[in-house]
Amino acid sequence: MSGLYRKWTDRINEAWMFSCLVIIIMLPFLLAAGLYLKSYLIISENNLSGLLFSDIWKPAENKFGFAPFIISSLWVSLSALVLAVPVCLLSSIYITQYARSSVLNLMQPVIDILAGIPSVIYGVWGILMIVPFSVKASEWFGVHTTGYNIFSGALVLLVMIIPFILNILIEIFRIIPEELSEASLSLGATKWETIKYVLLRKAFPGIVSAFGLGLSRAFGETIAVLMVVGNVIKIPHNIFDPGYPLPALIANNYGEMLSIPKYDSALMFAALILLAVILVFNFASRLLIMRLERYS
Amino acid sequence: MSGNTKILISDLYLSIGKHEILKNINVEIPENKITVLLGPSGCGKTTLLKTLNRLTDLYDDVKINGSIILDKDDILHTKSDITWIRQKMGLLSQRPYPLPMSIYGNVSYGLKIKGIKKKKILDEKVEHYLKEVNLWEEVRERLHHPASDLSIGQQQRLCLARGLAVDPEIILADEPTSALDPLSSQSIEEMFMILKKDYTLVVVTHILRQAKRIADHVVFMYLGEVVEQGPADEFFTSPKMERTKAYLKGAFN
Repeated sequence: MSGLYRKWTDRINEAWMFSCLVIIIMLPFLLAAGLYLKSYLIISENNLSGLLFSDIWKPAENKFGFAPFIISSLWVSLSALVLAVPVCLLSSIYITQYARSSVLNLMQPVIDILAGIPSVIYGVWGILMIVPFSVKASEWFGVHTTGYNIFSGALVLLVMIIPFILNILIEIFRIIPEELSEASLSLGATKWETIKYVLLRKAFPGIVSAFGLGLSRAFGETIAVLMVVGNVIKIPHNIFDPGYPLPALIANNYGEMLSIPKYDSALMFAALILLAVILVFNFASRLLIMRLERYS
Repeated sequence: MSGNTKILISDLYLSIGKHEILKNINVEIPENKITVLLGPSGCGKTTLLKTLNRLTDLYDDVKINGSIILDKDDILHTKSDITWIRQKMGLLSQRPYPLPMSIYGNVSYGLKIKGIKKKKILDEKVEHYLKEVNLWEEVRERLHHPASDLSIGQQQRLCLARGLAVDPEIILADEPTSALDPLSSQSIEEMFMILKKDYTLVVVTHILRQAKRIADHVVFMYLGEVVEQGPADEFFTSPKMERTKAYLKGAFN
């Protein structure tokens, strides 16, 4: 009897652990399916390329062009990434290769705190500090702006993704065995040569994935960007133009203006684009890593 | 001791933070011989080996006193470039650590660092050193494949070739066979016996039988100090210190 009881407890326990796992695996599919169903209305009635590439956004006239939002999102997140790459790479190399280990012990809590600050605080800080700075910076280039533009959005995003990317990079450099550096040094390489030819190469797949994940994160960030980016529906042409990224579109408008037909569906479609782009970033960086890993 | 002294270590003390790792080390390493640093784990033999090519520079809070004379120059207080001194010594570590590049790239790495850029010379040297470690036949068809594709025994031979390619005078080996299968270990040992004609070898090991097989000269260490040193046959047949006798009997390891 007790043998049978134990056998069944064992099976049941395994079964419910498995079902928890299934639920987790199903989540992204459920999310995507839900968004697709909700946005089906607009996809079926307006053609897809028109939705993605048109820049005319007049919901009342049934014109839904997402290009301004998509391009704004790309501008903001790519600019943030371009700024983040040198800062994160150089500081992570310094922390792991040059600084004493006590520096890392000091930096780790600082990075964790930065990563844990709610994004609305970054937004407020952006309005207080970054927006005025953006006004000044644009004046150096002879442009007059309100300061609420792509540049401000990118700077705020930069500050937000730095701790995230830095954490991954530090981990990547830390797990490279010291013996690999020793091997290079023992062959007569200097420290810099060792970093350039050996460590960076060894870490390359990890570096790519760190920045890929950082980009996904930047692409989806909502509140802090929304607060400083201007939210003007127009394709931005330079970094001092205001923009209107996809997450801001959803956050600003959901629950309002639902009297307009298809508006709800349009916002769901925006969410679907966001999800798709982030999935593509993730898959692409994973694929790249698999290709690169063999050589490092 | 017969022959010339290649490296002379005098009154060497090394501590990291408050830990004293090496105490009062006085060792002569003879030229064109295999000197084995023998002793139980944690006795400081690896640290001593790394001090020889100043890889100890990488540690935080390290303090070194004493002198290590190589070619009339004290490498601990030298004015010459440390990278140049390191090129005089090839290093073989416990496990092979191939550089993240091709087989060819690994062997040519040190040469390129030295400033040799001509492809013809690089090709020749790569072939020459891969032959010297009996790896050429196994890899000649896939020189540009990643070194990590090789088996671990092949990787260790590749690491040896890579070290030899910078034309060192000394080979430092830190338990070079501990990760290898018996056959690969044997081939490394055989190579050492050949290499000692042209190089001075310093091999760290805690394997007594290996020491007996390859050593010309033995330095026995315990708890950061040298207990006894001398020519291998003398050391193994008539050890003087009680501690050495106990170790040779296998009383502690």
